[in-house]
Amino acid sequence: MTSNSLIPDLAAGASATDEPFLVVDDLTVKFPTADGLVNAVTNLSYSVELGKTLGIVGESGSGKSVSSMAVLGLHDARTSRITGSIRVGGQDVVGLAESQMQKLRGNDVAMIFQDALAALHPYYKVGSQLAEAYLAHHPKASKRDAHRRAVEMLDRVGIPQPDMRAKDYPHQFSGGMRQRVMIAMSLINDPKLLIADEPTTALDVTVQAQILDLLQDLQREFNSAIIMITHDLGVVAEMADDVMVMYAGRAVEQGPAKEILVRPEMPYTWGLLSSIPEVDSDVDARLVPIPGNPPSLLNPPTGCPFHPRCPHVDKVPGNLCVTDLPELLPARSGADHLKRCHLVDPTAVYQSEVLPEIAPDLVEEN
Amino acid sequence: MLGYLVRRLISAVLVLALVSIAVFALFTYGPSDPAESMCPESHCTPARLDQIRNNLGLDRPFFDQYGEYMKGVVAGRNIDVGTDKPIECDFPCFGRSFKYNVNVWDYLKQRMPATFSVAIGGAVCFLVIGVALGVFAARRRGTLADKAIVGVSLVIHAIPYYLLALIAFLYLVNKLGFFPDSGYVPLTQNPAKWLYALLLPWLCLGLTYSTQYARFSRGSMIEALSDDYVRTARAKGLSQGKVVFRHALRVAIVPIVTIFGLDLAVLLAGTIFTEQIFGVQGLGLANLQAIQIGDLPIIEATVMIAAFFVVASNVVVDMLYSVLDPRVRLS
Repeated sequence: MTSNSLIPDLAAGASATDEPFLVVDDLTVKFPTADGLVNAVTNLSYSVELGKTLGIVGESGSGKSVSSMAVLGLHDARTSRITGSIRVGGQDVVGLAESQMQKLRGNDVAMIFQDALAALHPYYKVGSQLAEAYLAHHPKASKRDAHRRAVEMLDRVGIPQPDMRAKDYPHQFSGGMRQRVMIAMSLINDPKLLIADEPTTALDVTVQAQILDLLQDLQREFNSAIIMITHDLGVVAEMADDVMVMYAGRAVEQGPAKEILVRPEMPYTWGLLSSIPEVDSDVDARLVPIPGNPPSLLNPPTGCPFHPRCPHVDKVPGNLCVTDLPELLPARSGADHLKRCHLVDPTAVYQSEVLPEIAPDLVEEN
Repeated sequence: MLGYLVRRLISAVLVLALVSIAVFALFTYGPSDPAESMCPESHCTPARLDQIRNNLGLDRPFFDQYGEYMKGVVAGRNIDVGTDKPIECDFPCFGRSFKYNVNVWDYLKQRMPATFSVAIGGAVCFLVIGVALGVFAARRRGTLADKAIVGVSLVIHAIPYYLLALIAFLYLVNKLGFFPDSGYVPLTQNPAKWLYALLLPWLCLGLTYSTQYARFSRGSMIEALSDDYVRTARAKGLSQGKVVFRHALRVAIVPIVTIFGLDLAVLLAGTIFTEQIFGVQGLGLANLQAIQIGDLPIIEATVMIAAFFVVASNVVVDMLYSVLDPRVRLS
């Protein structure tokens, strides 16, 4: 491989530790503004192994995108303060020099953005945009090789007549095809980690399913790690091995996807599950939103950041939810299921109050 | 594309035709009587005045005169000056100067290289300086350097151009002698002197106009830098230089092209202050002198030429848009 990767080739046994490909440890991202310090991400820790998918779920402004953009070092050092560590293939990238970061971006770690029309350059042909991504990390490759590689990738993501379409501009593609172009561009250097930031949000449902299938196929083929940022638990159920639910810049519940979806222990996760509209439900049934608004990150609420919106605050003795931030502790079901909640017996509350609302047919079985 | 170009050219020609009628009417029905200014005061009789009017064709109906004039502009004509032999006036004929006794086009033609040298050199200066400062400030938005550029550019922008050029001339040429007092030297005659003589006019034009371009490109660039495709470019691992120039500036420059086209057109039609202060015998000065002595055919021609440049630059900018932005379909 001619790629001038920053990360030693894991297959060659260069990896000294057995830790997962991406390890985020105690990450905090703050943005100083004229109004004060915005705590976009606070004490976040997670990891992703090669071949696995982590779903990061949360509302807008919960810190999903900010935390993953930190992995690529895309925050301006002048306007952000980042502490903690982000280890990509064993290499800590927090505070890494810009020139080193450039070698990592698009090469070891690549990113797919939500709105492909805005994320692709409007004035360059898609073929040359892909070739540019390839040449950035294969400086010795010829333009012709880069172009051939670009067409190959367009073909791989299922774009018909790739050699013709390479000469088209982004605005000449349909939404789904454009997102495929985006995926092709991100995968052109065989990255080991792919961060997909709401890749299907702007697409209609059938195209969404195609794109998710494509990502899964490509993941099997390249054994890459994927971080799937979404607010759609349906996407998580389909794609993710692990899930992290974020609220107000913190992880409030994380663990294996099945575990989190079947035995959630945090009221915010319950809220997310309740708010999923069901295709087969009564047409007159009302959607169940989570009451209130996402909290201000400038002045986060005291105690548990979710307490102003939480319907179960009264079940916690004393005023604990308002005064104390709950620790991220193992849930009852197992050590790899973590949750941040003061409720003494969340399972009982879930069984008696939440489950009957969202899936009455499951209540009997438990 | 071709259809669009044809339609665009037709409308440009129509605009020019309307402008020419308006200009011609203005001069025909305007307050000044060319015959009077040509009639020697000491022995000017009404009969002599009538004769001059007759010679100039001023007694003929308006559209006759206009038709004759326009025929000359597009095909050339012979001008009857009352002598036995009419004077040949080749395409493009803008008539004959009342005062200098030469064909207007010949008179103006020889002055064009000077104005074009000043205008094009100055335009290159202000475009390069302005965009460079704008990009620099945009990348350092909010820092002291950014604020300094914005502040200083506002101050310079507020100084009238003729004042700035005059002060530059008085100090840098007259007092300190950094620059020559040679006026304009044709490029074909001596390229080094041409460059040396034009350097200060270029810098003065560059300084004044660049303030506007600095602020405009700063705004345009800040917008582009926050766009998604710039984030994508960075996420691809491209170098800072490629991200800023190949991706952000490529988009930010498009609106700048529009104002640049218009500014350049206006300058090409005559840089009056520059020519007056630095002693450059160009179109602007020709126009100014013609106004002072009431030489209508020259004023008419300079106005028409100015209109031509503005209309032409509009067409060029429109065509350029479709080259710069592939999303723009010309149809």
